[in-house]
Amino acid sequence: MALYYDDDQAMLADSASEFMREEGGIAKQLRHWRDRNCKDGFGHALWEQFGEMGFIGILLSEEDGGLGMGQVEANIVLEEIGANLTPSPFLSSSVLAATALKHGSNDTRGRWLPDLVAGKNVYAVAIDEGPKHRPETIACKAEKSGNGFKLTGKKDFVVYGASAEMIVVAARTSGSDSDADGITLFAVPQDASGMSHDSVRLVDSSMASHITFDGVELDADAVIGDVDGGREVLNAMLRAGRVGAAAEGVGVARGAMDMTVDYLKQRKQFGELIGSFQALQHRAAHLYSEVEIARAVVMKAAQLLDAGSEQAELMISVAKAKVAKAAGLAVREGVQMHGGIGMTDEYDVGLYMKRDRALQEFLGDQYYHAGRVAELSGY
Amino acid sequence: MADLDQFREETRSWLEANCPPEMRQPVEDEADVYWGGRNATFKNEAQKAWFEACVAKGYTVPAWPKEYGGAGLSPAEAKVLREEMARIDARSPLHSFGIWMLGPALLHFGTEGQKQRFLNEIARGEIRWCQGYSEPGSGSDLVSLQTYGDDKGDHWVVDGQKIWTSYADEADWIFCLVRTDKTNKYQGITFMLFDMASQGVSTKPIKLISGSSPFCETFFDSVSVPKSYGEDIPAQVGQVNRGWDVAKYLLGHEREMISATGGVDRPTSLGAVTSRQGELDPVLRAEIAQFDVDALAFTAMSEKFLDEIKVGKAHPAQPNMMKYAGTELNKRRNELLMAAGGSRALEWESEETEGGKPARGWLRTKGNSIEGGTSEVMLNVVAKRILELPGA
Ligand SMILES: Cc1cc2nc3c(=O)[nH]c(=O)nc-3n(C[C@H](O)[C@H](O)[C@H](O)COP(=O)(O)OP(=O)(O)OC[C@H]3O[C@@H](n4cnc5c(N)ncnc54)[C@H](O)[C@@H]3O)c2cc1C
Repeated sequence: MALYYDDDQAMLADSASEFMREEGGIAKQLRHWRDRNCKDGFGHALWEQFGEMGFIGILLSEEDGGLGMGQVEANIVLEEIGANLTPSPFLSSSVLAATALKHGSNDTRGRWLPDLVAGKNVYAVAIDEGPKHRPETIACKAEKSGNGFKLTGKKDFVVYGASAEMIVVAARTSGSDSDADGITLFAVPQDASGMSHDSVRLVDSSMASHITFDGVELDADAVIGDVDGGREVLNAMLRAGRVGAAAEGVGVARGAMDMTVDYLKQRKQFGELIGSFQALQHRAAHLYSEVEIARAVVMKAAQLLDAGSEQAELMISVAKAKVAKAAGLAVREGVQMHGGIGMTDEYDVGLYMKRDRALQEFLGDQYYHAGRVAELSGY
Repeated sequence: MADLDQFREETRSWLEANCPPEMRQPVEDEADVYWGGRNATFKNEAQKAWFEACVAKGYTVPAWPKEYGGAGLSPAEAKVLREEMARIDARSPLHSFGIWMLGPALLHFGTEGQKQRFLNEIARGEIRWCQGYSEPGSGSDLVSLQTYGDDKGDHWVVDGQKIWTSYADEADWIFCLVRTDKTNKYQGITFMLFDMASQGVSTKPIKLISGSSPFCETFFDSVSVPKSYGEDIPAQVGQVNRGWDVAKYLLGHEREMISATGGVDRPTSLGAVTSRQGELDPVLRAEIAQFDVDALAFTAMSEKFLDEIKVGKAHPAQPNMMKYAGTELNKRRNELLMAAGGSRALEWESEETEGGKPARGWLRTKGNSIEGGTSEVMLNVVAKRILELPGA
């Protein structure tokens, strides 16, 4: 498969780009909600518009009301989200939770998917159990109780958890904390008793919850997929979520880079445009080259994932780590090359730095994924 | 050497007797820092007691001559005091642009009258100063500044705008670069001192990406600056129209001061700090170890640099190299602190992070390589003045 967009994908990219620019732009969304200290951290009206555009169900089958597209297409939307810093639950709901729900029974899908696709509902995922992403270890416990389960434990970094009508929770139903097997995924509704949220604002103005499950009673039909067989579904979620986060990171890098290159063409010092200084030209050119490389590996990883290739796992970690480096460079160079104005809240380049920081942490940072690259390569 | 040993003994017991336990803890945030000035308040009794003990002993400015409020310590003695204070984590009693920036310039260029008045005020923390250098159109290219002082005989009338003026809204006086000759770029700037309460001075805070507003736009609307504040106390430092020399000299000291963000006297390795939060991923651990190599080496360089510069052995442009290396290190340190802190460190408002301290601190460090001259400008100066590269 060629590593450029086909006609349909190019059309999708155009419409996603136009939509995010016009409806999801920084002034209209991120700053608007941030400055009002919005407890959701995003706008529900925009989420409904995502639904009307068909974006929400992009990865879901047509029978489930979706577009039946693949990761490459989801990533097209994500890159535009990144470039415009559009706050939305797309990554959590449409990529991670939707990937989990695809593995659910007819009943489960029928219960949760229609309201998602319509943009009425938001779903979150609860995976991490500490400040760093270590999904190999899951201690949160679901014990058999009556004909259902009883959930006990803690989860962290549940993005948009407090706004979610349902949270996909990875919990242990057998074995010990670091066993690969013995994981089960549960669809936990917002009103489950015994579940409490500590919802906090993050550096990028998004919201995330620390969740405590204190003997939360769940029916047997809350299980997504098979009991004790959740690891595979979890891995599928992680693959989609990680490469999706990487695509959003490419967008963040592009947004910061574009602003910066524009600034180099406008700002004068020493009687010349600062973009005429070779010291900055080379760094801008280097940044361009890093961002291009990052975009290529994200596209490759997404194609491999869509094709069900064994190589996908490795390339997804390469993509997540490489984007972290390239986007980190883009936002650091962005602030630095703007000088004093780059340090101000009023100017947008700092917002890219903040979003990048949160994305870096989400589903494994560059160090975690570099470690995985070593492991998957057999050393 | 024997004398120094004795000085060390004395210093130890003086610190023991005068530095309260509350002042022997690392500075956590702005409230822990005393800046002095007309409107200053102490955070607590301990801060006040420590400050007053230091003023009495001349230890707010230990190396300045006694007649200007210092303790007249030799470079070797001043180093011993620094080491002894670092050993017990003693806080600096007074933070001050007067001490770090204006004072050294006055010691070098000031008249006796200026030194008597302004240095003593600085040493006693009575007047808080801000720095009026940058303008909207003149940042890296500072010498292109446009704020204009019209000569009216016994005073100037100053009009123009400064920007990024740190603490302008809290400062009592400003040291300000003002153009007094439009026909001469380098020899047309005067280094003026005036009261921020003067008619026509106004400030507007600018919010940083870290959420705080430590700097301002500063406007001068027909501000009348008297040419003299008394006998032998002219309003300008150095000669009229020769303020650029003063400005550059001061920048050397400012850069020396900012280079310390790279961690002079920072005894613990970053790895020791971060590993308290739990086991690190191996690749992150390796990255932190690499950082520690650079940071511990830089600490040695800082010590060497400070020893040399106090006795005139360092290249005069060396503060530029130090500022570059120190601030780039501090940015890297904070990136790694964020990585080690994980999703908890992303929090912006939570109690656990005391209102987002790690994230806000990390964002603030991004200004280190911009304030006081950008990293790019530092490298340009090193290339030109130390390496003497052609065309640079
Ligand atoms: C936190 C903070 C506090 C500050 N406090 C004060 C203060 O108290 N008083 C005061 O007067 N100022 C203060 N400043 C201002 C600071 O000195 C200026 O921001 C700085 O000198 C850069 O100027 P600028 O912002 O206009 O950026 P510009 O000069 O416009 O620079 C933009 C970019 O171009 C690069 N560049 C410019 N020229 C060259 C060149 N020849 N070669 C290569 N690259 C180049 C710069 O390095 C930078 O990356 C503060 C700044 C910050 C961030």
